[in-house]
Amino acid sequence: MKSNSYLSSFLFLFIALLLSLAIGSVFISPKELWQVVLGHGTEISTSILWRIRLPRTVLIALTGAALGGSGATYQGLFRNPLADPFLIGIASGAGLGAVIAMSIQWPYSFWGLMAIPMAAFLAALLTVFIVYSLARIGQTIPTTNLILAGVAFSSFATSLTSFLMIRSTSEVRRALGWLLGGATQNNWTAILAMLPYLLIGIGVLLFNGHTLNLLQYGDDQAQQLGLNVARAKRILLIASSLTTASAVAFSGIIGFIGLIVPHLIRLWFGPDYKRLLPLSILGGATALLASDIIARILITPQEIPVGIITALAGAPFFLWVLRRSKNQRFW
Amino acid sequence: MLKIHNLSASYGSRKILHNISLDVQSGEVLALIGPNGAGKSTLVRAVSGVIPYTGQVRTNGDDFASLSPIQRAKYIATVPQAVSMPPAYTVWETVLLGRTPYLGFLGQVSEKDKEIARQSLQRVSAFPFADRRVGELSGGEQQRVLLARALCQSTPILLLDEPTAHLDLQYQVSLLELVTELAHKDNLAVLVALHDLNLAAHYADHIALMVAGNIKAMGKPKEVLHPQLIADAYCLPVQVVEHPFLDIPLVLPETRD
Repeated sequence: MKSNSYLSSFLFLFIALLLSLAIGSVFISPKELWQVVLGHGTEISTSILWRIRLPRTVLIALTGAALGGSGATYQGLFRNPLADPFLIGIASGAGLGAVIAMSIQWPYSFWGLMAIPMAAFLAALLTVFIVYSLARIGQTIPTTNLILAGVAFSSFATSLTSFLMIRSTSEVRRALGWLLGGATQNNWTAILAMLPYLLIGIGVLLFNGHTLNLLQYGDDQAQQLGLNVARAKRILLIASSLTTASAVAFSGIIGFIGLIVPHLIRLWFGPDYKRLLPLSILGGATALLASDIIARILITPQEIPVGIITALAGAPFFLWVLRRSKNQRFW
Repeated sequence: MLKIHNLSASYGSRKILHNISLDVQSGEVLALIGPNGAGKSTLVRAVSGVIPYTGQVRTNGDDFASLSPIQRAKYIATVPQAVSMPPAYTVWETVLLGRTPYLGFLGQVSEKDKEIARQSLQRVSAFPFADRRVGELSGGEQQRVLLARALCQSTPILLLDEPTAHLDLQYQVSLLELVTELAHKDNLAVLVALHDLNLAAHYADHIALMVAGNIKAMGKPKEVLHPQLIADAYCLPVQVVEHPFLDIPLVLPETRD
């Protein structure tokens, strides 16, 4: 069961990666792909692949991985099946942070680019703190409070973001497509700039599967079993916010991947976070690649921002989870 | 053994426990009884280390105040009420969490951990349903799983917070038989908060009566289950009679009118 779940996850991810490289305005067959890898490809397919398809595919896969991993973590941390970086407002907060950084100075250099995820991270942390304080009643965070606080803060942050964009230069305004989850910054520099944040965030999360399992029993039991609860929660909040921020900074606000993927994996493979976290990371990458392929081919030659595709699939899923979580406690 | 000395605890500005002192010897069961709101659960939570307190909680020489949660969890295991268990984990996954204080950095489980988990499950007769989800079990089975998880911690001290609440009589009896066996045979120091006075009389070696955050009486069941003490504590006139063939007291409420 265990090796099986990893094997199939990797297999699906591999297929999604291949399709993402092959499909587009020009179709590149697997055979041509292989030739390009060997250095024998035609000039056109080589150029398309290295300069357009591959960076985009890598960015989308990393973004999906980040969203899947941080979604699973937020669900475990808040003990809430509806926690998702988008739904609890953290993605919008991170987006606002990124736009503030851009409107102060548009990043022309690599180090300027590196500052965007940092700003997104700080804004994401601030958002977690605000939403958490708004939603908390005594020691508990009721589901509805968390979602309502998230939605309220999210619309606040989105309005501020729009305001900043209207006031700003044309370069920042072009980021509107980015903010809808268009992944328009598909170049290698963006990937290099997001990678350190992503690797640290996801790395820490992968160490915390056992901790998340303990937290499912509530603070008292987790501590009685030997967990330093306050410290563990702090670490998890910082790591998941870092992961979310790295995704938002270059791919914009993409909702529902962090909700759908961990949820389905929990249904199929059970609630053990030691397995759930890595599988959500792999599954997040696969799911976002699939959404991106659909976004590319649905009304060719035009592209739809991938965030629209995930929302179209995710909103009905959200309602289904909402109903389900009321009927039974098997999430 | 467990030594509680001069322990006080508050929720906010409201003081819940007033200078509690209690000793639980290794190999004995001490039952905490008292009306709702007397502070039984709060005392269990304070001793287990999840709420701040003043005073001392010690075993032989070591004061627990200076210990980290992970070190404390090697001395004290706590069995909570079964109401708040995540239902989707299997029994096996749940019980293995008891090995938390002994796991490595990544939370990997060793063969020794698995062997201890197996023994703990066998001890509470829960091994046959190790692969079932906790949410599919009855209340009595869930409570035994929580006891097995506590045994997995391999501690000299065991705390139980109303473990028989929500259980049918046969499960109450079998659980408390198991708990007394753990004290008498395995030499654990057991502190158990109990609602039912007659079960306390039956299974505890000593009883402590708590009222409004104070220990009102402590001693053998026969000494503490005294009509006047119980009547005052519960604001209810009671009769105490002797069990027809066991040498233990039974508390019967009188009708109040």
